[in-house]
Amino acid sequence: MTSPAPIADQREAAPKPDPATVPALSIDGVSHSYGPRRALIDVSFSVAPASFTALLGLNGAGKSTLFSLITRLFGIQSGRVAIFGHDITGSPGEALRLLGVVFQPRTLDLDLSLTQNLLYHAALHGISRREAAARSADLLGRIGLADRAGNKVRDLSGGQMRRLEIARALLHRPRLLLLDEPTVGLDVKARADIISHVRQLVTEQGIGVLWATHLFDEITASDDLVVLHQGKVLAKGPVGRVITEAGAQDVNTAFMRLTGAQVMPGGGA
Amino acid sequence: MSSITTRDAPRGFSASEYMTCLTGIVWREGLRFLHQRERFISALVRPLVWLFIFAAGFRQVLGISIIPPYETYILYEVYIAPGLIAMIQLFNGMQSSLSMVYDREMGNMRTLLVSPLPRWFLLFCKLLAGTAVSLLQVYAFLLIAWFWDITPPPSGYLTVLPALILSGLMLGSLGMLISSGIKQLENFAGVMNFVIFPMFFASSALYPLWRVQEGSPYLYYVCEANPFTHAVELIRFALYGQINWISLAVVATCTIVFMIGAIYAYDPSRGLARRGPAGGEG
Repeated sequence: MTSPAPIADQREAAPKPDPATVPALSIDGVSHSYGPRRALIDVSFSVAPASFTALLGLNGAGKSTLFSLITRLFGIQSGRVAIFGHDITGSPGEALRLLGVVFQPRTLDLDLSLTQNLLYHAALHGISRREAAARSADLLGRIGLADRAGNKVRDLSGGQMRRLEIARALLHRPRLLLLDEPTVGLDVKARADIISHVRQLVTEQGIGVLWATHLFDEITASDDLVVLHQGKVLAKGPVGRVITEAGAQDVNTAFMRLTGAQVMPGGGA
Repeated sequence: MSSITTRDAPRGFSASEYMTCLTGIVWREGLRFLHQRERFISALVRPLVWLFIFAAGFRQVLGISIIPPYETYILYEVYIAPGLIAMIQLFNGMQSSLSMVYDREMGNMRTLLVSPLPRWFLLFCKLLAGTAVSLLQVYAFLLIAWFWDITPPPSGYLTVLPALILSGLMLGSLGMLISSGIKQLENFAGVMNFVIFPMFFASSALYPLWRVQEGSPYLYYVCEANPFTHAVELIRFALYGQINWISLAVVATCTIVFMIGAIYAYDPSRGLARRGPAGGEG
């Protein structure tokens, strides 16, 4: 498997956002409960455009709940979520237009072809058939799956499916990309491919990325980091600062100090 | 740089974007259906069992007098065909709606709901797509029934189409409303016992209502108030090129009420929250 080429889209003169003014994603005081159980407690942080922000937390920390709120799957109980300034409750259409998502569970139609999956997604965004076909062919070429376009998704490997899901999330040319533990279940090589691919999207296309994970080795020193534990944000900011403030040497120990959690060998929380 | 330049002005959605979305959803549902042969076969076997076995047995027991829209004495098979068509739509509506609310199709609902188009429109498209699938099942049934001497006038195959669309939408939105509103009906067996069977049997699907009235006046009123009766009658009349205005009014009103209720009550967090947040992940 060759390393996928970056999906460098030809965006139509999107204004270069100024990180100082409008964050790609801003979350202010968001809380969420499932009945008596509180899944998120007063969560606030933001993702700057053209940045890679890692959302680090154990399973059950509230990451997926947060994703469900950002994608308007759940109604917001309290607080505010905005994408490039568009409130997800007040103007969901404008907000979702700028958002691409890769959910943790696979959401492809396994019995449909790669192209059919992409065309369906394009239709959901109101992209005309002709335009959608052109963009799909282009994206499939960039992720090295052009020759598989007519195959059923079922026949792809796990890593290829993920790349297809990322390509699909970029089809409507969003400026914010959410990925919920996208490397779960992938082998080392496929994981590395996906990570480098997404990082290229940040540097080359200025897409803001929120990457939820429980794996420390997916985080690099230049990233922004949000540590989520039991529904609360324990630390946020550039990785270096979070580590220093926790009085630790690396993300691993910083996370352990902040949460008091036992760290599994092999880089996973 | 001011926030004005970084924030896109809201531009809404054009009619063609809505149309693209609608056709895309129906197209996908059709493709998926074609890949699910078991679903297609079981959707056909159910009414055919009724037609081939039940109707054959009851043919001698039940005599049908001449009632509109029929102009001659008819065989019992001919009488129950519209009821079986409505049954196909009832099952299809319940099945597809249930999967929309609970987790079976959750991945697909996620993909659907991150579309920037309004949620009511997405759910409406989904209901319409479910109806389109039921049309495929119904016409396959009608084709087989034709060989069984159920031969409505050729134009009836066309005039029944609008009736089928309306009844399909009504039953689909009813299914969605029920699955959103009643917690206990999470599984299909529950829906069968408490919704499908009562609706089907307390209707004009299997016996004309004047016969029911002879047996039990109370049951007659129940049948009259059952929207499913009116779906059956709407289909029955349309199949013979006629309009049953009362049934049309009832089905149209119920469709609107159920659909508004279903869209209002739709809450994707239900199916997820039950199993822990978002598929068991934090």
